[in-house]
Amino acid sequence: MSLWQKLACVILTLVLCGSVAANWLAPAGYAKQYREATDAPPSRAHWLGTDEMGRDRFARVLYGTRISLLLAPAAALLSTLMAALIGGLAGYWGGIWARMAMAVTDLFLSLPWLFLLITARALMPLNVSPLVSVMVTFMLLGLLGWTTAARVLCTTAASLLGSDFVRQARAAGLPGQRLFWIHVVPNLKPVLYAQFWISIPVFILSEANLGILGLGVAEPMPSWGSLLKELEGLVSIGEEPWKFVPLILLVVVVTSFQVLLSKQEEMAA
Amino acid sequence: MRGLRWKIAGHASALVATVLLGGLLSATLVRLAPGFDADERELDPHLSAESVQALRDARHKSHNVFRFYLSYMKRAMTGDLGTSLALGQPVRTLLRDRAPLTLRLLAIGLALAWLLTLTLALSAARLRLSVYDTLTTAVSGTFLCIPAAVLALLSVLWNAPGALAIALIVFPHTYRYARNLLVKAYSRPHIITARAKGLGEARILFWHVVPVVTPQLLAVAGVSVSMAVGAAIPVEALCGLAGIGQLAWQAALARDLPLLVNITVLVTLVTLLANSSADVIGHVVRGQEV
Repeated sequence: MSLWQKLACVILTLVLCGSVAANWLAPAGYAKQYREATDAPPSRAHWLGTDEMGRDRFARVLYGTRISLLLAPAAALLSTLMAALIGGLAGYWGGIWARMAMAVTDLFLSLPWLFLLITARALMPLNVSPLVSVMVTFMLLGLLGWTTAARVLCTTAASLLGSDFVRQARAAGLPGQRLFWIHVVPNLKPVLYAQFWISIPVFILSEANLGILGLGVAEPMPSWGSLLKELEGLVSIGEEPWKFVPLILLVVVVTSFQVLLSKQEEMAA
Repeated sequence: MRGLRWKIAGHASALVATVLLGGLLSATLVRLAPGFDADERELDPHLSAESVQALRDARHKSHNVFRFYLSYMKRAMTGDLGTSLALGQPVRTLLRDRAPLTLRLLAIGLALAWLLTLTLALSAARLRLSVYDTLTTAVSGTFLCIPAAVLALLSVLWNAPGALAIALIVFPHTYRYARNLLVKAYSRPHIITARAKGLGEARILFWHVVPVVTPQLLAVAGVSVSMAVGAAIPVEALCGLAGIGQLAWQAALARDLPLLVNITVLVTLVTLLANSSADVIGHVVRGQEV
């Protein structure tokens, strides 16, 4: 592991610990309104000031980070499992199944990711409780984000089936199901890990895009997307620079994931 | 020549099938969406019972998604793309009015993105300075980590044109591929030999590097169109540009079935056309090389 990768690990651990400790670091919570101090600049009481509804921005950043950082990996896990199931089985069965699965994959891939996401998210209920909106948003990311990984897994599974050791196992009379679980799945693991890690920053950024467009997590629950929506009302950067803290945090976290990704890509290769 | 014809025919049939499937998928999604039957116009106290019934009858026609899609296809053949439910205007007029702005935005955005990509990637591959390489990679990496919608907001804040936001969204993706391709091409033994023999840089570039990287760069160019189309949605929506991206966002929010189906078909068509064209041109270039 290089120095940069170690640094990325430290940053991610710190951010994750900070967000998990949000209850202790910001005991008032993300929804408490300080009506006497709306849109206030940073102070000793509110380190990052308050938003236009008087809610403590520091608390919202911590809780928003927790939501984005915990649910993006959950969505990535869902998409990786779907990719493994669809891509792995399509590659293993081959023939018409592989062609059908790849046709569906091509269809999803032919639509720009953000367009597909916005369309699908807008079709889901928008006037639901904040908790349901969080679940819907991240579940949608997981359900739609499997296509690229499925294509990679299908190709890898197909090439594995053509390898000598699988042919030998087949010639030795190993049943199909056993062959799949003993020889194909373990060899797909590095690709699966890589796809899982690749999906996390993609999903974090997608949620942020959805949030800014008003299709993400519902108020009052914070997420990086809803926190970044505040930038919409800015007149100049120098005016209220503390409003950029969520953006800086997001960039730092996604960059850390990208740095770690190079390690995963090496593993997959 | 025959191989090329087959390739074009294969691409054309795949394109038609995918576009039709894309439209059907979009129509099915909208039809299955919760609240599809709801129409706030029915709550208008000024409307008579007959008018409310007429609204319900109009919506009833699109209840069966296959019937809706079939009738849509028949009408589309005659140039009638239906009427937007949310905006109350013919979809054809909406698309025709907004297409020029989006096309201009995409063309300028992509041109800027590729100009930036090729300038930085070529200089990184040619100079081979680790400081410069780290710097350009860091710049592209930073843009890769900023959400597209934030770049759109920042362009509003700085009064920058929307095309620049699209360029900065697309550039980091294209830069990564272009840089790797060019670095690999420049490190080929015959290029090192050519340089050692004193061949000029321009000649090395146009005679030995460009022919090698063109097919792959064309493939990336095809994909970059899809990225730009995706980027046009937040850019147009947040910058207040009345293009097809903004229309797509409005259609999605209003669950406007006719508009959404048409935009999906259009977006799928544009994306696939770009990818197929890149593939066919790449095939021709490879053929000429042989």
